[in-house]
Amino acid sequence: MRSKLVVSFTLLALAASLTGALAGPGRSAGSITGTVTFTGTPPKMRPIDMSKEPSCAAQHATPVMNETIVTGPGNTVQNAVVYISAGDQPSAAPAQAVRYDQKGCEYLPHVLAMHVGQPLEIYNNDQTSHNIHPLARVNPEWNKSQPPGSPAIKASYDHAEFIPVKCNIHPWMHGYFVVLATSHGAVTGNDGKFSLAGLPPGKYTVTAWHEKFGTLSQEVEITGSGAATANFVFKALPY
Amino acid sequence: MHRTFLRVSAAGFGLLLSATGVLAAQAQSASHVGNVTGNAAAGAREYRRYCVGCHGAAGDGLGENAQWIDPKPRDFTAATFKCRSTPTGTLPTDDDLYRSVTRGFVTTNMPSWEPLTRQARANVVAYIKTFSPRWSQGSGTPITVPAETAVTMESILHGRQLFQSMECWKCHGPAGHGDGPSASTLTDSKDNPIRPYNFASGSRFKCGDSNADLYRVFMTGLDGTPMPSFADNIQPNDAWDLVHFLRTLQPMPSPEAALWQAWLPGHAGELKPIGPD
Repeated sequence: MRSKLVVSFTLLALAASLTGALAGPGRSAGSITGTVTFTGTPPKMRPIDMSKEPSCAAQHATPVMNETIVTGPGNTVQNAVVYISAGDQPSAAPAQAVRYDQKGCEYLPHVLAMHVGQPLEIYNNDQTSHNIHPLARVNPEWNKSQPPGSPAIKASYDHAEFIPVKCNIHPWMHGYFVVLATSHGAVTGNDGKFSLAGLPPGKYTVTAWHEKFGTLSQEVEITGSGAATANFVFKALPY
Repeated sequence: MHRTFLRVSAAGFGLLLSATGVLAAQAQSASHVGNVTGNAAAGAREYRRYCVGCHGAAGDGLGENAQWIDPKPRDFTAATFKCRSTPTGTLPTDDDLYRSVTRGFVTTNMPSWEPLTRQARANVVAYIKTFSPRWSQGSGTPITVPAETAVTMESILHGRQLFQSMECWKCHGPAGHGDGPSASTLTDSKDNPIRPYNFASGSRFKCGDSNADLYRVFMTGLDGTPMPSFADNIQPNDAWDLVHFLRTLQPMPSPEAALWQAWLPGHAGELKPIGPD
């Protein structure tokens, strides 16, 4: 009886290590690519009035548009975050810091994706004070002043979260920190395209998030070193 | 004989171990204020009697009175607190919470709970800390408040320069009336409108009335509000200069205001107006 148990345990351990080897990064990896688009009529974005901050207004020849929704030709959606929300292996935080700039009273980039625990550096390139106020709920909420010429503010987040960021001094400044628990995440450009590479074969849940349009998810399976496709279509309402 | 002793001591050790486990579990649901240890279970009874009407049974600030109240009651599930001795983004100490409960908040519906015994207040503090899992991280480390520098005209005038260069006036207004260019747009972290402090209003500061309390306000920030922390940007000596200047904006008598008012009549022309360059 006892020897039977031992044998079955050994078998189980073997099976577990085999599965581990199969899913490990040593195997040739596949990728998921796709495009994020919308149907319907999204709300019209308005130009931002920066006249209260002349040093910033002077940096823009034409008024800056609100970046809550940015679309490209062919109804593509910019600033959507596409990431593996289930099925991915745990990954370590990259040592390389992600950079967030405040320039011309705008956040560059508007949506910044980072790994849990990844260092984050925030710079003020303007001739005016900003306060960086990430409105975190799962992570601690902090709020720091950053006068012109002061060194970068360094931070990192311990939990996955979509964190709205604002400057209280310049109320039009608005962006997002997207803290992901996966190393497979991408922010779409103006063409709405994304690519998640280096994925071992397996079943994944891929999620697309947009600050205004919400979230969409789909199941994707990668076999061998194949490339899978996942396109997302958000429904846009004019308000 | 020998063997029995061993067995007994082993049992004793086991008991001790389990007792330590219980203590560790309780550490999170206790508070320590001076020599008083607050107990969360006892605090729950006080809370249900005195706090639940505004802060709600779930501690989410949605008690039945909440809809009539502005500013809104604190949401303890968010574990974001204005009045702290700890850096921005960290949790307050038990003392900070105890001081808030004891002092109450002027210009809000939160009264002073000084009539409750010290034990009852410490119990309530322990109970408040059960509403958010963030408390398992523990409180932040209080910032160091160095000895206050002398109140001099140089100090006040340098503080005035800081009020300009740190752009305090963008929200608090050139004369500290809470009417700066960004004032009307401000919202707290729950998107409720919020006003910057009007120094001329004559109301006391919410987070305590001493100069050290004022020092802490801008060095720790008021988390959950637009008021940021200036800890990375203002040196301790400079911070005292700013404290001394801010006192001159208030109508209450203070050594700073007395010095300022005596100096001002002969020197008003020397002052560069505060505001946009």
